[in-house]
Amino acid sequence: MSHQLNDYVRAALFEYLLRLGDDKLILGHRLSEWCGHAPALEEDIALANIALDCVGQANAFLTFAAEVEDKGRNEDDLAYFRNEIQFKNLLLLEQPNKDFAHTITRQFFYSSFGIYFFQDLAKSKLEFLAGISSKAVKETSYHLRHCKEWMRRLGDGTEESHRRAQEAVNDLWRFTDELFFKNDIDELLIQENILPDTNSLREMWRTYAEEILTQATLQIPQNENMQTGGRKGIHTEHLGHLLAEMQIVARSYPNAKW
Amino acid sequence: MLQDHIQMQNGNKLMIKTKNEILNLLAGINDPEIPVLNIVEMGIVHRAFYENEKLIVEITPTYSGCPAMKVIEDEILDVMYSNGCDNIEVKKIFAPAWTTDWMTEKAKDKLKNYGIAPPEGKTEKDFFRDQNKKPVKCPYCKSVKTKLTNRFGSTACKSLHFCLECTQPFEHFKCI
Repeated sequence: MSHQLNDYVRAALFEYLLRLGDDKLILGHRLSEWCGHAPALEEDIALANIALDCVGQANAFLTFAAEVEDKGRNEDDLAYFRNEIQFKNLLLLEQPNKDFAHTITRQFFYSSFGIYFFQDLAKSKLEFLAGISSKAVKETSYHLRHCKEWMRRLGDGTEESHRRAQEAVNDLWRFTDELFFKNDIDELLIQENILPDTNSLREMWRTYAEEILTQATLQIPQNENMQTGGRKGIHTEHLGHLLAEMQIVARSYPNAKW
Repeated sequence: MLQDHIQMQNGNKLMIKTKNEILNLLAGINDPEIPVLNIVEMGIVHRAFYENEKLIVEITPTYSGCPAMKVIEDEILDVMYSNGCDNIEVKKIFAPAWTTDWMTEKAKDKLKNYGIAPPEGKTEKDFFRDQNKKPVKCPYCKSVKTKLTNRFGSTACKSLHFCLECTQPFEHFKCI
């Protein structure tokens, strides 16, 4: 399929696949930082499982991206040998784990978006994109069930858990606008019928997120200045630190095998 | 999904292997994480066909991050090489996405006897609703007085449960 694309569309699709792959890779790496540190053994397993799903999806998206780019790079080159400015992930997903409430809130914002987003993407006419997206929907539904329950439990739990959950919502809300980022790349791919048009996404997400946050007795911050930039490679300071740790082995020992 | 006749090349000779012969060879390979099931009854083998004198075996992961895929691929190559087929490619595909609906009833029974509660019913189409609201039946004593202890288990495809009747912790193959 990707062989039939003209150069212009090919470049746009490559960029778009980097967004999808980078989102999953960076979130997966963040979650993996909990491995061995989570508040309880069950939670350790849960977060590691979600991380594994994310890294698995990242692998698929980046493999496809490398194939579309067709310049001899593979998924590992894309993951380990690009610099900060070349990463196109959402700012939300590179934010540090901080405490359990921040980790769960980040996951809740992303998974509740992802469940709508990947259902739409599963309708793509590109078979590979549709396939990995329909897989992502199923996996995301498990992630969402898990973090939605935690949102309620933390928000409507003890005084301290409520305080921490509200702080997390206050800290992370400003990154949620970027979930709906669109530019000429999206427009072109929609025109080319590669991407479905997803205009109602924002309203659906907002309604759902509000419903759960209300159940969790948490408030959505008012008059927040929204932050964007990740899709253009302009990141918060946290991504550089994450990449340094994630890429050090591959960069110190290029082509190492084990 | 296998074609009825698959031609396989053996040296300079073209060998015809039937659907059953190919299936039997592949069915000799067990899932590395759940060794009681083979990769055919799990639904991991999606298709096998012959293309330009090459046997293509398509496999699909249960979960996108499934670490067993590489092992499964190596084992397929191994079995086929040692049965005289050296022109083979194993392809990992994502469409259509694997679902527990593809698991045979026989496979579900095997799981149960192995101590893993099999997936019950069809996959939930409403992605927001909680699955398995009904307690999962204990594979040891068959009691339904069980509780979910963790939605995520030792592998991505399983969840953890506890039987209140026979006090046995057990795993459940999630319905996806």
